[in-house]
Amino acid sequence: MEALDILFTATFWAAAIRIASPLIFATMGELICERAGVLNLGIEGIMTAGAFAGWFTVYSGGDLWTGVLVAALAGAMFGLLHATLTVPLGLSQHVVGIGVTLLATSLTYFTYRLALPEVTSPPKIEPFAPLPIPVLKDIPILGEALFSQTPLTYLAFFTVAVVAWVLYRTPLGLAVRAVGENPTAVEAQGISVTAMRMGAVMVGSALMAVGGAFLTMSAFNSFFFEMINGRGWICIALVVFGSWRPGKALIGAILFAAFDAYQVRLQQISGGLVPYQVFLMMPYLLSILALVLVARRATYPRALMIPYQKGER
Amino acid sequence: MRLEPKPAPSLAATLLYPAGAILATLVLAALLVLAAGADPLSVLALVAKGAAGSQFALLETLTRATPLIFTGLAVAVAFRARLWNIGAEAQLYAGAIITVVLGTGVLPLPSWLLIPVIMIVAVIAGGLLLLGPAILKTRFGVDEVVTTLLLNFVVVLFVSMLLEGVLKDPMGLGWPQSQKVIADAQLPRIVQGKRLHYGFVLALAAAVGVWIVMKRTALGFEMRAVGHNPEAARFAGIQVNRVLMKTALMSGGLAALAGFSEVAGLKGNLTLDLSPGYGYSGIVVAMLAMLNPLGVVLAAIFVAGIFVGADAMSRSAGVPSYIANVMVATALLTMVVAILLSRYRLRWR
Amino acid sequence: MSSVHPASQEIVLRLSGITKHFGPVTANDSISLDLRAGEVVALLGENGAGKTTLMNILFGHYVADAGTVEAFGTPLPPGDPGAALKAGIGMVHQHFTLAENMTVLENIALGTQSLWRTRFDRAAARDRILRLSRDFGLEVRPDAVVAGLTVGERQRVEILKALYREARILILDEPTAVLTPGESDALFATLKLLVREGLSIIFISHKLYEVMAVSDRVVVLRGGRVAGERRTAETSREELAALMVGEEPVLPPIVDVDFGGEALVLQGVTTSGKTSGARLERASLVLKRGEILGLAGVSGNGQAALAALLSGMEQAVAGAIQLFGETRQPWSAAQAVDLGIGRIPEDRHAVGTIGDMSITENAVLEAIRSPDFCRRGFVDWRAARDYAQEIIAEYDVKCPSPEARIRLLSGGNMQKLILGRALRPQPALILANQPTRGLDVGAVAYVHAQLIKARARGAAILLISEDLEEIMALSDRIAVISRGRISEPSKRGGKSIRELGEMMAGHGLEAA
Repeated sequence: MEALDILFTATFWAAAIRIASPLIFATMGELICERAGVLNLGIEGIMTAGAFAGWFTVYSGGDLWTGVLVAALAGAMFGLLHATLTVPLGLSQHVVGIGVTLLATSLTYFTYRLALPEVTSPPKIEPFAPLPIPVLKDIPILGEALFSQTPLTYLAFFTVAVVAWVLYRTPLGLAVRAVGENPTAVEAQGISVTAMRMGAVMVGSALMAVGGAFLTMSAFNSFFFEMINGRGWICIALVVFGSWRPGKALIGAILFAAFDAYQVRLQQISGGLVPYQVFLMMPYLLSILALVLVARRATYPRALMIPYQKGER
Repeated sequence: MRLEPKPAPSLAATLLYPAGAILATLVLAALLVLAAGADPLSVLALVAKGAAGSQFALLETLTRATPLIFTGLAVAVAFRARLWNIGAEAQLYAGAIITVVLGTGVLPLPSWLLIPVIMIVAVIAGGLLLLGPAILKTRFGVDEVVTTLLLNFVVVLFVSMLLEGVLKDPMGLGWPQSQKVIADAQLPRIVQGKRLHYGFVLALAAAVGVWIVMKRTALGFEMRAVGHNPEAARFAGIQVNRVLMKTALMSGGLAALAGFSEVAGLKGNLTLDLSPGYGYSGIVVAMLAMLNPLGVVLAAIFVAGIFVGADAMSRSAGVPSYIANVMVATALLTMVVAILLSRYRLRWR
Repeated sequence: MSSVHPASQEIVLRLSGITKHFGPVTANDSISLDLRAGEVVALLGENGAGKTTLMNILFGHYVADAGTVEAFGTPLPPGDPGAALKAGIGMVHQHFTLAENMTVLENIALGTQSLWRTRFDRAAARDRILRLSRDFGLEVRPDAVVAGLTVGERQRVEILKALYREARILILDEPTAVLTPGESDALFATLKLLVREGLSIIFISHKLYEVMAVSDRVVVLRGGRVAGERRTAETSREELAALMVGEEPVLPPIVDVDFGGEALVLQGVTTSGKTSGARLERASLVLKRGEILGLAGVSGNGQAALAALLSGMEQAVAGAIQLFGETRQPWSAAQAVDLGIGRIPEDRHAVGTIGDMSITENAVLEAIRSPDFCRRGFVDWRAARDYAQEIIAEYDVKCPSPEARIRLLSGGNMQKLILGRALRPQPALILANQPTRGLDVGAVAYVHAQLIKARARGAAILLISEDLEEIMALSDRIAVISRGRISEPSKRGGKSIRELGEMMAGHGLEAA
């Protein structure tokens, strides 16, 4: 069937992987935060800040990897802000998260306007070029789809592997998981809950920012307003969909991206009968659906969203 | 570091900390102004002048405050019951859509009947839109923050679809905008020739109404109880789910009235840029007001003043008007810290 | 237990002048305490005497306002569980500090390998756990998820956590609170073994018979102060009880009453399982008017389900329920209030009151929609305030004002408000679920007096309690709940503590 045969082309899957990459970074970032027990609703704003910070670094003359680093630092800074308010102070993670999103977004826009006051169309930079991996790139279909991507995409997949390894095979990961399940147990074993949670949020936020930077430095080549367009919220759904496990979340991100890539095709097939907005709505509706399907069964980290007060009576 | 609850805080303390929050916000704004190469004090003066320095400015501020009062109330009502309604933006547009659908001539009713009818249907539409995520929360345990957020994007796309399709203004030269609502559906201006309209009065009435419900009715009590401790509320015999549903209808309805008010009172038609984020700003307004309905009016005027003032200042001083957004976001964060500090003492080891 | 001459023993732990305030409450007042090598010291005291606070300070969960702790001669930095662990102090907490969704091995090994290591050495951890388990007779399954373990197993994991970290001093906080007498005996045997291996133990308890059986020395706390210190061999239960309680509160005399009639009958009831802990499994119960029926049992055996059922928070999937002679479907919480069931919930903080609301609001929490306070949806706050004032006066609730937030009240006063709220409408059926948990002696006496008064006017009272002594003091009849089944009740004095203990462990429970 004409509609489905696109699914067997390498170009399609290459696009899907490319679309998935920012989602993978951000989802891993949110996953780390939530595993440690903190819901980070600053994700949308942090991705915006990361997108701008990375792009602007390159625009100002830095090289691409420096841009990625700056983006990560920007993310970590906002993560520190979020963590300071929610961990030692125990403020509502919902309110602080929305506040951080609003702050990060508005600071980004302000800085953008300040740095580039007269532009009408966003200036471009030279983004990451695709880096085909020798030998692997010649595998039929998979070669073009997986091994002819940009370096940041490879980094995304590598990040998933690192996150999975750390979480499940190192003492640090054990502590992070425990802090999201029972912080008192962690404190009783002589580990500082505050330090663990703050560290996790900062690292997670750095990853989210890199996810945002992917959009300006690898997928597109400039920064524009409303760039993130709800991807942050979708990543929150992806974390739930992946049951807080890196591998499953990765699959979720790829499936979602594949669907996103596919809806362009659906638009073509429908030939204008269905307004294009309907197709654009689908990612968001799909996320809601995914949340509903998974919600009942989800084994979430037990201490998620519950602030920890040391020595609470 | 530990948090120790203070016994009942004094009135002075309750006011001192929010004042501190505003001060912190101003300090950050000053730093940003310096970064922009301008003088903080003169910029601040321009903002203040732009917000309230003339009759024109003041009226403009009140006009801008009108939708913020509605969305602020919507968020305050929901947050009181711990229903995290981040979808006021979508609910606002739902109200706007209804206003345009019913108000462009399809109902041949006189003004005194048409306006209430539109308002009621708008309220129902907004309420139903929030009811969905509320049901997903109570039935399936799905966090309403994410669902309401995602719906914002869906509804905005829906509006775009309608404006290019069914609701398209045939006389609009191809721009995506709706027809203008008929005269009978319009809210009159309070002052002839100025932009302030009776939506403002409705907003004030809504604030009083919400205050009465929260303070004086059994439903308001139940909403507060559910917001503080759903388990204890359930034990006491309160129908928690039913209360949440009613809260959702009320909250969504209030946000929808923001959309109604903007269309019927100010703009006259529906466009894609009807709301520059009123739904999100409503969250800040609600938190600044500490979820108090009457406080929402003051907070809305304050926030509106910042935006209006910053717009005016930006035109003359060249500092990007986004500084207003930064100030508002900072005010939100400093305010929650201030509330915490007024109730708890920070004890170092 | 070994009785070695104290003079030849080194002091492994010394607390000096420990003082701790929580706001206006003084939990510990200049407490000093020594522990010698190979000793078992019991820390005895009523609820609220300051035992757990003191141990939490020792282990580093809290920071004392004054005083020092020395372990093996070196001072311990305050507020640092890591330092306590390094110094060889291990704590078996009253509420187990275990991550439910993780395995036994993960819980025990948490924090024992450097956070900078790139690989968690699972095999080494498993070997060590199995070895310790074998040496100390503490059977555990390293790969089992904690959520599926029994209470006894969880406690073994808690103990192994301490042993894994080479604790030389072990603190056990009310370890038998959740064990049957049989499991408690096993624990005591383990403790003997640990002492032989050179550990020194502090054992917190409020149960006299345990303290006499297990310890070498007893330190009695009362009201945050050391009330006395005795060598176990040289003292008696009576002396210890006197030290613990100070003045013996006088229980109002329990007169014989006979109102006849059955208030509540459960026949073969099975609950749905949504409440935590065991469900009721074809349980049967008869509660008569004018009596206190005490339900003894180790927590987790179905008490929560029974309380939830009667409170209106749980459904029955089988069996019949009769209330005041009429067969009924299980009711909702709102209906429970209307039906005249007075409910005193187990957890006054999480379920009984809403901390951030005022005393007035809490007083009318259950009755907000009743015609007394609500007309056409609007609340008459003056009537509500008056009602709250009446409860405050009649039930001696000490508070700054009726508009004060209820979280400012002490546990005892909060419980008195809940009592007043539940008892004022003169309910014919009262569900008292752990009504004196965490209360000081005076408050306990007050609650008991109120229950006896209610009984005298004909109310039927179901008293669910983990405190066997409370049950034996108050109940006309005593039943035991174990694994969701309820025994035939015995009359007051009919069974000894030992016999009840066996039934709590599941032996000899007559099938309904």
